[in-house]
Amino acid sequence: MTILPLAKDAIKVYKEQDVILFRNRVKEHAVKIKMGLVNQTKLITAASELVRNMLRYGGGGDTLIEIVSRGRDNGIRLTFKDQGPGIPDIAKAMLDGFSTGKSLGLGLPGAKRLVNEFNIKSEAGAGTTVTVIKWANG
Amino acid sequence: MTNAFLREDLMSNEELRAQSEELVETLVNALNEENISDVESPDFDEVVEILSGISISRARQGFSPRETGAFVLSLKHALIEVLERELKSDLAKLYEETLKVNRLIDSFSITTFETFIKGREEVILRQTDEIAEISTPVIRVWDGILALPIIGTLDSSRTQIVMENLLQEIVDTGSSLAILDISGVPAVDSLVAQHLIKTVSATRLMGAECIISGIRPEIAQTIVHLGIDLSNIVTKASLAHALKFAFNTLRLEVRKKSGTVIDKN
Amino acid sequence: MDRIPILKMGHFLLVTIQVDLYDRLAMDLEADLVKMVSTTGARAVLIDISAVSIVDSFMGRIIGNIASMSKLLDAETVVVGMQPAVAITLVELGLELPGVHTALNVERGMELLQGLIVFDNDIDEQDDEDDHTALS
Repeated sequence: MTILPLAKDAIKVYKEQDVILFRNRVKEHAVKIKMGLVNQTKLITAASELVRNMLRYGGGGDTLIEIVSRGRDNGIRLTFKDQGPGIPDIAKAMLDGFSTGKSLGLGLPGAKRLVNEFNIKSEAGAGTTVTVIKWANG
Repeated sequence: MTNAFLREDLMSNEELRAQSEELVETLVNALNEENISDVESPDFDEVVEILSGISISRARQGFSPRETGAFVLSLKHALIEVLERELKSDLAKLYEETLKVNRLIDSFSITTFETFIKGREEVILRQTDEIAEISTPVIRVWDGILALPIIGTLDSSRTQIVMENLLQEIVDTGSSLAILDISGVPAVDSLVAQHLIKTVSATRLMGAECIISGIRPEIAQTIVHLGIDLSNIVTKASLAHALKFAFNTLRLEVRKKSGTVIDKN
Repeated sequence: MDRIPILKMGHFLLVTIQVDLYDRLAMDLEADLVKMVSTTGARAVLIDISAVSIVDSFMGRIIGNIASMSKLLDAETVVVGMQPAVAITLVELGLELPGVHTALNVERGMELLQGLIVFDNDIDEQDDEDDHTALS
């Protein structure tokens, strides 16, 4: 079934303060489609992980918050796009425990578990785009 | 309409008549020279609405899809009968018009099937929710001790519900111990074990502790064979043992009352 | 210039987090806490997160750091008041908080600590066989 976008909100995130603004906007949209508290928490936490990644490793970038629908389900789609150095080995980055030690690494596998659909496109030197979807009843 | 599919137990003849009349009237009002060949025409929106309504309500009442379908198709037969009478003399025209009516009513009957299925799906969804609600009760067995008898398979969506209910109950009652009884869980594989471990972890984050009870011998075997590590979770064979352990942990004692002494309980 | 306030309660320090932590605020908190543990000789730090609705790996790292730093100064760390939705999310995220105790609320947190910490005056007065006496 095709996914239809119903509303969009574009936010540029280039500094710390933007993270808070972005998180709040995500929450607003999630509340609008009546997403339950636990799902909201998961979505915003994943959003926080991904946007922080974008800031830290991608040098900041553009985010897009969309309300989408597929059939009778409503959901939130988040897109994170940066022009940073990119991730050379995505498969490795998606393995749990990829980064051990102090820094919790990219947290990609964790974020993936919190959402319903996860897509990442990245090439060394060509930036990274991450797209996730969380359905209201996901 | 068709006698074979009259369900007098589900719908009285008067209701049936009323339903039929409404449908026919709306159809007749909407129908004209052009749109008879245009199945998608917005002129028929009201007809489709009535049909959907009929289909959903019949689904809820317990009519089979065949019975509902027959109801709609009987309209086709009636119309064709009328056409036969009117166009007896012009067979070519009769054939042409019959085809048009045929196509139109067939598409209407497909609509009714679609809405029928939708109606059933809604019932299933509602029942699924109800089952989820009642099959994961959180019982306050004592001050500070909760028990969760889990009946049936534990999949990820049920685990979510169990976790949410349990954690909320911990907050509401300030309980510090939760007993997860799995004697009603038919099979425990790595996935189910993962769900149990997640539940225990979440409980610990809230400052409470979990005991898993109701481990049947076969389950114990499976767990070991699968290499699942439950070593940092307290496990007991029965709910009774788990309860005893819980009392112990909370420094509570259960004693038999002696004969003549009046106990201030 | 806002900083997160740290309250001294007997032998413990209490930090109540009510705003979204960002880089500078978090760094200041770590520095302030470590300093206070050192100067007051506090034996435990209680972090109240009952008003926090999102705990991501950044916040997790801060809490972990606080726990490690405090431990070096012989203080335990207890996180209290975690919201159910946060607990569920953290487990799914796979975020662990090593070296961090958890309790339902501040009161429970203090009870927990009573059982964990051996206070200096106890060691001096210990004549009997009890090895780890808790303050009763």
